[in-house]
Amino acid sequence: MSTLPTTTPHGPAPLSTVQATMLVARREIDTRVRAKSFQITTVLFVLVVVAGILVAHFVGGRTHTIDVGTTDGGVVAAVQQAGRSAGLDLAVTTVPSQDVGEAKLRDGSLAALVVPEAGGSDGFSVVVKQTLDSQLRTVLDGLARQQTLDSEVSALGGDPAAVTAKVLGAQAHVTALEPQSQQDTAQLVVAYLAGVLMYITLMIGSQLVAQGVVEEKTSRVVELLLSTVRPAQLMAGKVIGIGAVALLQVGITVIAAAVAATRTGVLDTSSLQMGPVVLWAVLWFLVGFTTFSILFAALGALVSRQEEVSSVVTPVTMVMVLPYVFGLAVLIPDPHNQIGTVASFIPFFAPFLMPIRAALGVAPLWELLLSLAISLVVLPVLVWAAGRIYSNAVLRTGARVSLKDALRG
Amino acid sequence: MTALELENLTKSYGDRQALDGATFSVGSGEIFGFVGSNGAGKTTAMRIVLGVLAADDGEVRWAGRPITLDDRRRIGYMPEERGLYPKMKVGQQLEYLARLHGLTAAAATAATKRWTETLGVAERLGDEVQKLSLGNQQRVQLAAALVHEPDVLVLDEPFSGLDPVAVDVMSGVLRERSAAGVPVVFSSHQLDLVERLCDRVGIIRSGRMVATGTIDELRRTDRPRWAVVGPPPSAWANQLSGARVLSDDDAAGARRTVVETPGGDGQDVLAAALAAGSVHEFAPSRPSLSDLFRHAVASEEAAR
Repeated sequence: MSTLPTTTPHGPAPLSTVQATMLVARREIDTRVRAKSFQITTVLFVLVVVAGILVAHFVGGRTHTIDVGTTDGGVVAAVQQAGRSAGLDLAVTTVPSQDVGEAKLRDGSLAALVVPEAGGSDGFSVVVKQTLDSQLRTVLDGLARQQTLDSEVSALGGDPAAVTAKVLGAQAHVTALEPQSQQDTAQLVVAYLAGVLMYITLMIGSQLVAQGVVEEKTSRVVELLLSTVRPAQLMAGKVIGIGAVALLQVGITVIAAAVAATRTGVLDTSSLQMGPVVLWAVLWFLVGFTTFSILFAALGALVSRQEEVSSVVTPVTMVMVLPYVFGLAVLIPDPHNQIGTVASFIPFFAPFLMPIRAALGVAPLWELLLSLAISLVVLPVLVWAAGRIYSNAVLRTGARVSLKDALRG
Repeated sequence: MTALELENLTKSYGDRQALDGATFSVGSGEIFGFVGSNGAGKTTAMRIVLGVLAADDGEVRWAGRPITLDDRRRIGYMPEERGLYPKMKVGQQLEYLARLHGLTAAAATAATKRWTETLGVAERLGDEVQKLSLGNQQRVQLAAALVHEPDVLVLDEPFSGLDPVAVDVMSGVLRERSAAGVPVVFSSHQLDLVERLCDRVGIIRSGRMVATGTIDELRRTDRPRWAVVGPPPSAWANQLSGARVLSDDDAAGARRTVVETPGGDGQDVLAAALAAGSVHEFAPSRPSLSDLFRHAVASEEAAR
């Protein structure tokens, strides 16, 4: 108590709304990014996603490469070519002798051994350990037929190559009355990921906002804060801060997944315009997060204990689960589903359904823009109601405040 | 003179009237003690000053004009419901609060250091608030009210839960802040402390100020009271015209009587007592703040 600080002659500068909101947001980011729980869940997300991709890579890789040996170097190209046109990835190697080849069959490093027919005639025979893989059999049968056909065509004085080209070019022409756009694996996987990530991030982020609001209420620090910032600034700062942290977490996960997928070549994204898909997902995340987190903030303000949070937010949680389940279970298998298409324009549902439709490539630009506009129009009303509920309820500790009381003030 | 003025503040919660026209002002360099029983409206009045609650009617003025959010940022506030982020470190927390009150990052760090040193919690800067003892949490709470070098201090029950050393530290801080020209308002149930510290006192009852003034002013009364140690009152006091025996007890073998008279210098009281027997002590009896307070509360209960 020897010396006391003296008041500065010029008082501190007044704080603008943006400054106040950013201070609150920065505290949220600082404390949350430093928290163990954030670091652990981020590492877990990355591990799960990368592990999933690696498993897909290795499991997928094994089944697709079939090792075939042959004692006749002349058929290597033909076998490989036949395999490729049948969609099989064959690794054809020459072995010095049939004995060496058979030894390799026994130790499993070869799936089949192609040897020329004894007596130098056309055709070949196949040696296997136990059974011939059915797909490989089709390929080799086809090759045998082709060789026979070629030699017959030559015997008749024709040009085998020309005949083959003609035969291959012949196919039935299909006219679809109601053509369906085809989604390839990459589109489906990305749509699925978009749906799941959107749900998990929005759910976790909104819950964190509700918990953060209740934390300030339980610890009663909120009264001290509200003596210097407005309720709207406090709420906005919290939503922005936690939203940034959630975006950071999902960003890290997506980048890790993208790196792993590109390195292993698991996902062929050539059919997808990844840029727009990611952009739309981020946009929808921002809209969805704002929508749900301010709702959660308002509802969180009604209760005074963490244990009450989950029960007070349940109605909104339902509104989130519904489109999520529908999106994954109905919309992805059936991208043109009517209910799904209509629901993707309804606020609260749109953030879950539109990114899926965007990834599936079934939503034209005007639909994306219209749906976004509808959700944005609802937002100010939501902000007004949530702000009112929040400022009326956040200082009333004790029993749960009813929604009606909080709205009335 | 920069003063904080509360004028005619009215607030009701449903059909319960929490404030019913409360009015008082606190001048620059003045320590104002705000007393009243639980639920009388002290906390509500302070919350309205801070803008945490909106008044139904009435006005809070600072320097003669209606108070703004920027003025309120210059108030140091200690809410009745103590609260800090339990998992945030003391230093970070104080810096954050200072910045929310408009200090720059550098100024916030410097102020945090100064005030934690002044209040004796400097060595706990890196600890989470929840790891501190209750007494130290209180000191951090006070630091939170002071860290932005406020122009006004509004403290709701700042002394509750403090050990005697902390009470001295707190009293010293309040005195020095007011000496620096800061108006200080605090509420307390520790009336001896209020009596010792405050320049002026306001007693609130059922949302209305029933008495406001210096302690001397409040004690002054039209009907002087006299304390007599000596003979039993029945022997002499009943003969005095217009006098009323307020108390009469027989502690430690000495008969002590307090008599209220319509006026005069008390010589008639002394003469009557002497006539009845030997008088060991004779003195004017002035009500203590506790007496005044009890009187206010008693009439409140009688009014119910």
